[in-house]
Amino acid sequence: MPLLEIKNLKLDFKQGDKLLRAVDGVSFTLDAGETVCLVGESGCGKSVTALSIAKLVPTPPAIYPEGQILLNGQDVLKMGKNELRSIRGGMVSYIFQDPSASLNPVFRVGNQIKESLKLHRPKFATDAEVIRLLKLVGIPAPESRIRDYPHQMSGGMQQRVMIAMALASEPKLLVADEPTTALDVTIQAQIMELLLDLKKRLGMSILLITHNLGIVGDIADRLAVMYAGQIVEMAPANQMLKRPLHPYTKSLMHSVPKLGHELERLNAIPGNVPSIGFMPTGCRFHPRCPIAHSDCSKNVPELVEVEPGHWVRCPYWPEAVGEKPRAQAAV
Amino acid sequence: MSLLEVKNLKVHFPVKHGLFSRVKAHVKAVDDVSLTVGHGETVGLVGESGCGKTTLGRAIIRLLDPTAGQVFFNGEEITKLKQGELRSRRRQFQMIFQDPYGSLNPRMTVGQIIGEAIDIHKLAATPEARRERISSLLKDVGLDARYADRYPHEFSGGQRQRIGIARALAVEPKLIVCDEPVSALDVSVQAQIINLLMDIQREHKLSYLFIAHDLAVVEHISHRVMVMYLGHVVESAPSKTICRRPLHPYTQALISAVPEVDPESKRKRIILPGDVPSPINPPSGCPFHPRCPIAVDRCKVEVPPLREITPGHWAACHLAGTPAGVSGTKVGGPTLG
Repeated sequence: MPLLEIKNLKLDFKQGDKLLRAVDGVSFTLDAGETVCLVGESGCGKSVTALSIAKLVPTPPAIYPEGQILLNGQDVLKMGKNELRSIRGGMVSYIFQDPSASLNPVFRVGNQIKESLKLHRPKFATDAEVIRLLKLVGIPAPESRIRDYPHQMSGGMQQRVMIAMALASEPKLLVADEPTTALDVTIQAQIMELLLDLKKRLGMSILLITHNLGIVGDIADRLAVMYAGQIVEMAPANQMLKRPLHPYTKSLMHSVPKLGHELERLNAIPGNVPSIGFMPTGCRFHPRCPIAHSDCSKNVPELVEVEPGHWVRCPYWPEAVGEKPRAQAAV
Repeated sequence: MSLLEVKNLKVHFPVKHGLFSRVKAHVKAVDDVSLTVGHGETVGLVGESGCGKTTLGRAIIRLLDPTAGQVFFNGEEITKLKQGELRSRRRQFQMIFQDPYGSLNPRMTVGQIIGEAIDIHKLAATPEARRERISSLLKDVGLDARYADRYPHEFSGGQRQRIGIARALAVEPKLIVCDEPVSALDVSVQAQIINLLMDIQREHKLSYLFIAHDLAVVEHISHRVMVMYLGHVVESAPSKTICRRPLHPYTQALISAVPEVDPESKRKRIILPGDVPSPINPPSGCPFHPRCPIAVDRCKVEVPPLREITPGHWAACHLAGTPAGVSGTKVGGPTLG
């Protein structure tokens, strides 16, 4: 049995009389010790999917009309308040994008970590355990740092404290929602290295959410690319990065700037992610798709397993693979 | 003559403390930086947060008053100009800001935001001419002319950044200082904005000072790249050279930190330990030595000057160009080339 199994998850936001669908039929599994990355642009529904795992999206305005989130076989969406409290920060821990906004500015970082210990492992709510956790996430001289306030630390250090706090309850699943987006590139490299190291040492599962395909290569076992509330491609990480099948994945990869191509135009994806409530008919990517056919605006494509373990939501994927990246794509 | 010339610019902020606000120390945000930007040229400025790159950009167009040094724009020194004189010169240099949410007034329509600059510099004689100018500016940045009546909250981040660009273009500037214009955007939108900036540069013959922390982005758009660390320029070279043959160990670490999509690339990652030190109390000698993988004893005491190692390629490292230094061979792995 997988640690996490999301089955046909649908999430609506109620706005007046209208229901706006943010997540539309997302299904994936996450095994113990596995790392899955959810990739997509802002507004594609990746963050609300991740927050749903501990039912952290407030209901209302959110409504779950269909779907199951099975965590160790139990449906999170049917859990009561007390059960939810024990899994939040217990079996599932979160790290968020902006560490300076996630830490409480008026408490010392040591006490904030201890709070998580008190809730989930009361026997270990000691300074020694806090120091051990800070050492685990690579904070130098943790003995003196536990009395620091968040503002005394840099962004990278704060994110390490957030990770230490998330690890305090010895979670089975760590959900990292854009953990490095607010950080500098050199610090981003440090934090990704730390997550990779923790994954190896502690053997926990990680669900990493990012918009940058460039940072997933080292850490991910499997990738799921989301677009407009749906998974459009899912495959083992190496397989997808080497040979993306969906035109959206391909475009996303080409839009990452690479070194050694000075003064060249980037392969931008024209247009924007459709806003929720104004989804195009047929395939949701067709207005921006470089290989769109005339019937793409009519037929709704299904997510199909085209190769073992490789799922794609595009009937014309062989064309996407054959197509060369266009250097002069119009903006 | 180059369009912009900056000579030995210093920006120090006093740190006040205690009774009577005594000045205790100085934050040397920018310390002795010189640079030039030619006509139609893009100079990239890279570094981590807190290295002084934004302060430098702001001091150059005098949103901040520099402590020392000179800035020449088209041969005229602008560091000594009075506010009134400065206002008329501001038409020639504009800025695009990082946060597309914070830099547009939420109570003004897009037309008012762009029109304000046109009014201040009296660039449109009649209301029709003004409206026409706003429409054509919106078209230039890839937006619909009808958007002029909408408010900023109706737009996505990428579209807002386009509005910011249109506002900067409204006064027909010669130089635009772009302060992290794409770091708040998604990768796909980031690519759109970079392409747009390159198109506009060609059409309007603009010069850019492009500030960012992502070397891959900077390298894509710039002719020349300068790397800053703790208020100092540590390396400066044409963008082609800096990626293929970086001489400073800090530049090399920055290059290795660029995210790489290709799983096959066996690029060696150099993970720098620690953070950028505080500019209030910078390390002795070379400011980079506490994090430097190849530091020797000399680095702890002696500040390395910026030297021209090969023609056009400057580096501030004692070991640059010597066998003990960064070899100067390519480090980027197979994707370079």
